[in-house]
Amino acid sequence: MSSWLPTNPSSRRWLGLAPTYLVIGIFMLFPMIIMGTYSFMEANPYGGVKPVFSTAAYIQLAWEYDLDNTLIFNPGYLKIIWRSIELSVMATVICLIFGFPVAYYITLQPENRRNFYIYLITIPFWTNLLIRTFAWIIILGRNGVIELPLLSLGIIEKSLGMMYSDGAIAIGLTYSYLPLMVLPIYASLEKLDFRLLEAASDLYASRLAIMTKIVIPLSKPGIIAGCILVFIPCLGAFIAPNLLGGGKKLMLGSLVQFQFASARNWPFGSALSMLMLAVVVIVLILYARGAKKSTAGEKATES
Amino acid sequence: MSDKLSPSTKGRKILPVGHYRGLGVWNVAFLFFLYMPIAVLIFYSFNANRMVMLWGGFSFKWYIKAFNNTAIQDAVINSLIVAFFATVLSTAIATVGALVLARGGNFRGKTMSLGLITLPLMVPEIVTAVAMLIFFAAIGLNWGLGNVIIAHVTFCIPFAFMPIRARLEGMDTTLEQASRDLYASEWETFRFITVPLLMPGIIAGAMLAFVISMDDFIITLMVSGAGSTTLPVYIYSMIRRGLSPEINAVSTLLLLFSITIVTAYWVVSKKTQTKTVH
Repeated sequence: MSSWLPTNPSSRRWLGLAPTYLVIGIFMLFPMIIMGTYSFMEANPYGGVKPVFSTAAYIQLAWEYDLDNTLIFNPGYLKIIWRSIELSVMATVICLIFGFPVAYYITLQPENRRNFYIYLITIPFWTNLLIRTFAWIIILGRNGVIELPLLSLGIIEKSLGMMYSDGAIAIGLTYSYLPLMVLPIYASLEKLDFRLLEAASDLYASRLAIMTKIVIPLSKPGIIAGCILVFIPCLGAFIAPNLLGGGKKLMLGSLVQFQFASARNWPFGSALSMLMLAVVVIVLILYARGAKKSTAGEKATES
Repeated sequence: MSDKLSPSTKGRKILPVGHYRGLGVWNVAFLFFLYMPIAVLIFYSFNANRMVMLWGGFSFKWYIKAFNNTAIQDAVINSLIVAFFATVLSTAIATVGALVLARGGNFRGKTMSLGLITLPLMVPEIVTAVAMLIFFAAIGLNWGLGNVIIAHVTFCIPFAFMPIRARLEGMDTTLEQASRDLYASEWETFRFITVPLLMPGIIAGAMLAFVISMDDFIITLMVSGAGSTTLPVYIYSMIRRGLSPEINAVSTLLLLFSITIVTAYWVVSKKTQTKTVH
């Protein structure tokens, strides 16, 4: 008998979970708490914070001090936050439009072919995001893969200026997180009972009605999960706005990084991170509520 | 496929129920969008010209240049050291955690434990990066590559955890029961029955952790100091200095490396799937 292990199942459980709690607790949860307290302190111009309570970091989100020390409204940062949300929603919607038919197409395939398609879709997800975004510089850039042939054929006369635009960022974001949309939708479509579609067809439902009244409602959990999985990383994206937006078209993620790398305003960077966390928490709570409601609904219809 | 079974009228095929015209084309376009940038990147890595986008003939010279670049060599070595420790430690932590969460029955705090283990997946990467940077600065921990390793172990745990837990939940417990009935000790049962059966899950989890660690950029960028540059961070500094086919060459190698490991993971997990069916 391994005498060094406790026999009590409860102590065993906590022994097994202790490393997880220690590592994620100390190196992730605790740092996030420190970040929260830092957001309520004064900035130290040499990096770090002065341990004095201050709400300056949050005030800075929408106001600035005028020369005579009165607060005036400054929408500069709010605009960046709004653009981040806008671009993230845009990328999420494009991913959904692009990804849903593909997820559906895969479910129609025979088993071994399905697995192969899923493999093809997951491969880019596991490869380096920085490199995949870099590839888009070569494609969209000045004299790039798109422009060069058009220029040499005389279809266009000068550069289209596709790089360093919101459009380029949106393409980069879409490209980065597309697999995260397809996989959960596929997971919920996989369980779809195709007899339902046949029954609808026998009852003279049109193809469009079958899609909108049966397939889409039944894949709703997957669609919602996919949208969350794409939206959250888009909001905090750093690589796409930095490389494709040229660092000038800032998004939340790049703004946070800037506060720590160059601006040396740690409290403001922490406040922006807290804001991002708040959005994530709200989205997840809404999701959990929705999931609870739908399972409760299912149970009600079953009984 | 099923098109052959469907009857044709006036040359136009009637699609079976649930099938829609254009889906196949859409799928091909989708895969093209997914792989075209990767193909472009690899193609231009063989460009002899200094200017990335102007084709100057086929050449391996950028690969040779990359191999002889000592800064790249150092970055690769750092990446491998970090990935090695991150993989071993996070897989070990995830394995014991998964054993409790998949086999420990229902207990108080189970949901909370699951939430904690998947926390690194839920929080945007930049927030994790910033929180860790603040933490290391606040406690004055300055171990160079050690800081990077701590960060990687932390966010690799959920990636190692998922396949191990999936494997545990799909595993048949009758062999373990038989072993106990035949007077094997608890430890012997664990060592000779549970671990070998769980091995494919552990290997799969380790592979995912390894790939995630090798590819991480943002968190490493924030927590790594001078001298602890990993390959993705070095590639980023190269991009900032201006485009060169050398970037394409290094990137191609890193891409092929990740693709190889993920393909190996795929083969391993597929084999174990067929094994459980039979």
